[in-house]
Amino acid sequence: MKQVYLKNVSTLTLDSEKCTGCGMCTNVCPHNVFSIQDNTAVINDKDLCMECGACEKNCAFDAVHVKSGVGCAAGIIYGTLRGTEPTCNCSGGGCC
Amino acid sequence: MWYYAHMSIMKTSSKLSLIDYIGNFNVRWGINRGSYRVNPGLYSLGTPSEESPVLVTANYKLSFDMLRKSLQGYSVWILVLDTKGINVWCAAGKGTFGTVELLHQIQSTDLNNVVSHRKLVLPQLGAIGIAAHEVKKISGFQVIYGPVKASDIPEFFENNFKVTKGMREVQFTLWDRLVLTPIELVHSIIPMFIISLVLSAIYGFSNLMSILFYLFIAVLAGAVITPALLPFIPSRSFSLKGALVGAILSLFTFLWITPSNILLFISLISMMTVISSFLAMNFTGSSTYTSLSGVKKEMSRAVPMQFGFLVMGVILFIINRFMGV
Repeated sequence: MKQVYLKNVSTLTLDSEKCTGCGMCTNVCPHNVFSIQDNTAVINDKDLCMECGACEKNCAFDAVHVKSGVGCAAGIIYGTLRGTEPTCNCSGGGCC
Repeated sequence: MWYYAHMSIMKTSSKLSLIDYIGNFNVRWGINRGSYRVNPGLYSLGTPSEESPVLVTANYKLSFDMLRKSLQGYSVWILVLDTKGINVWCAAGKGTFGTVELLHQIQSTDLNNVVSHRKLVLPQLGAIGIAAHEVKKISGFQVIYGPVKASDIPEFFENNFKVTKGMREVQFTLWDRLVLTPIELVHSIIPMFIISLVLSAIYGFSNLMSILFYLFIAVLAGAVITPALLPFIPSRSFSLKGALVGAILSLFTFLWITPSNILLFISLISMMTVISSFLAMNFTGSSTYTSLSGVKKEMSRAVPMQFGFLVMGVILFIINRFMGV
């Protein structure tokens, strides 16, 4: 069963002009947000995006953009208290 | 043999010892977590040759152990990055499992002269920190993103280093969620005791045990039951899921133990609901599908509500104590 979070919040964008259809974004996305159709990437379902940023990081053509960060309430609280970006303060574990 | 010149190569095996299993259990419960690290560098598993694959991982022992456990019968190289003892996914998010550290380890282990090929297999979730095209440009090594789960590696090998769609997707199964709950529970223990002490200071220390019991139910609701039943609880918002479970569970509790009056009843239910909601909201950090924008949106609605109900609960609690209603 696919678990989906809030709708219409992801900051993911795809610039089809720059996309070469190399498929790297489909390789790195942990939620199968992308697929390649007619030699170009398309976003299947933006609501599945967790804004991890793997696609942007691995796009050699600067075609994918997303404001990435940790989707973690504790991280946001911690960041707010310290006046920094949301950050995990984990010492290692299942997660943060 | 040819690689004897590389004295820095460490040996490991696919067999986990009893001590490894005890360590893995401890780390889930937060015992000695910080010291659970592996030395970064290059390891040989089995009897690898210069043509054997190179797998890259983090120096969090649980990541390292899961990887080598899945490699039974294979001979490979394992390159361990220094992620300060943090797992691949979190470390990649922070950038410690990153392009710079990967390039550094390639160089310091003299990997160029250990293997004849120029391919590295990375865990897919490491992609958040690694720019494959930059690694290729600078070191000549091609990054192949392997499966999300180490247990899929044998199939990935048999499949000629191709990943199937199912191997790409992050799951969040009941078991995935359950193994994360002990640490949530452990983190809640100290705050739970502090709140109980404060509340029983107001209400009289003879009530410490019952207050502890109520708070424990709330913690159980938010940190264990909500995560376990996550996909089955209505609403997309974690804090609402937690509030719902907290409210239901506290109502059930008071079916058995009736509080002395209605004010105390409302006060305890509000506080327990808030605690459960807050802990469930924190589970967004452990989940595998929440986004930063989403959690921000959720919190902008949930935190004021939680604060409101908490204040209401505390005020009713104090009124009940001092007005003798």
